[in-house]
Amino acid sequence: MTAALFAVLAVLAVTGAVLVFRCASMARATFALLASLVCVGGEVILLGLPYLGVVTVLMMVMEMVVMAVFMVAYMMNPAGLMPMSMVHNRRGALTISGVVFAGLAAGVLLAPWPGRVGTAPQDTTFQAGAALMGDQMLTMVTLGFALLATMVGATVLAVGRGRYDRFGDDLSRPRPDDPAGGGVGR
Amino acid sequence: MADAGSWPSVLVAPAALLALAVLALCSDAVLDARTAGRPATPAAAVRPLLDVVRLLLAQPRRTPASDALLWRIGVLTAPTAAVLAVAVVPFGGHVVADLEVGVVWFNAMEALTWAGLWLAGWGPNAALPLIGGYRFLAQGLAYELPLMFALIAAAVGAESLNVGDIAAAQQGLWFAVWMPVAFAVYLASVLAFSFLGPFGYPAGRDIAGGVLGETSGVDRLLLQAGRWLLLAAGSAMAVPLFLGGGAGPLLPGWAWSLLKTLAVLGLLLWARRRVPAVRADRYVEFAWMVLIPATIVQTLVPALVVLRR
Repeated sequence: MTAALFAVLAVLAVTGAVLVFRCASMARATFALLASLVCVGGEVILLGLPYLGVVTVLMMVMEMVVMAVFMVAYMMNPAGLMPMSMVHNRRGALTISGVVFAGLAAGVLLAPWPGRVGTAPQDTTFQAGAALMGDQMLTMVTLGFALLATMVGATVLAVGRGRYDRFGDDLSRPRPDDPAGGGVGR
Repeated sequence: MADAGSWPSVLVAPAALLALAVLALCSDAVLDARTAGRPATPAAAVRPLLDVVRLLLAQPRRTPASDALLWRIGVLTAPTAAVLAVAVVPFGGHVVADLEVGVVWFNAMEALTWAGLWLAGWGPNAALPLIGGYRFLAQGLAYELPLMFALIAAAVGAESLNVGDIAAAQQGLWFAVWMPVAFAVYLASVLAFSFLGPFGYPAGRDIAGGVLGETSGVDRLLLQAGRWLLLAAGSAMAVPLFLGGGAGPLLPGWAWSLLKTLAVLGLLLWARRRVPAVRADRYVEFAWMVLIPATIVQTLVPALVVLRR
């Protein structure tokens, strides 16, 4: 039963991934990708990690919707109404993806997987949390800072108007001078 | 632990959710009638239900070059998300799916409305619904993180992501009492993800109904139903999260769950009529500058209490 469900979700995930490159509409491509990732979340749940699986679904839904907005906004046809293709650099992309797939598949087959010691606990959420926040705490903290720095950096590079534009050269303006609403500090 | 997964509960839970949503809709119609100076009769209460028949019989409206598939998916997502979300909500001692990560499941299902409403706005290929869809996303960016911290506060307080465990952890004191900020933020977020009342901006009158603007017939019925089902699901979830679940004197568990859910629903219906519409750009600012810091501090409280325990 579980194996059958796993296979169905796997096929659906791959189908969704293929559809991303077959759809002529940005919205459809994005939501095909979302469907694929939701299936991956289902696979993670079936693998016995319900927390990571459900969080994958939660994050991917929000991420893909925001991505749809940015794709539609930043691509050459802002309304997203013209047909488009997600395929770029066909030969290079095929080579890279083929090599990556072969490498990962080889890794799956060649790695000396350890045998299971003991039995899986009823609630794996605690174990996942302990593994991430215990031994791997330094990794997670480093990752967190790297992500935050990237986000702040990207935002700083992306904003057209900084605080000196908003609050004046000596930051003395009590209310920022914004062309549109929505800014902080009004 | 609640008794989980019995077959009837799979049918009873959606039916109960629908009943709650219809009750909310009818109560709202009565309040509407009172505000308008019409008599608050049973006829006024069932008035919105006539819309169901009208919408089922209505001629579907079509728009040129619409993306029917995505539109349909978006419209279906709202009610589906509500029904799936309520699967983890214990009603007295009964729950459809007693997931160990129930809180995260509820959050994920509620987040499906992001995709659903954006698609419902995108599908018809019309400007005003699309604006409505984008408005919901802007609103989502504002309400989602405070909501997540509110949920985390309850989960930290109970040291569990299981909704039944969270309800059981409030034997002594309701979380609503010692986590008032999280409770208030949660209630506001329920109105936000069901885009009702002050958060009705994505379907606002200023953009001719927004996401609802071009929908007609069964599509409109499903989208509207999704709205009220999400409200009912959010109210039902507030009970195990913050109001002690089915615990209470004399009456059985399910009766207390029902009474508390009705009280939350009533409070939200009252708030919906009392609070003016909030523009998403304003709410984003308030959410990120005030609510997120406030809910993080709120989450710190149960974290410290649990550490001291």
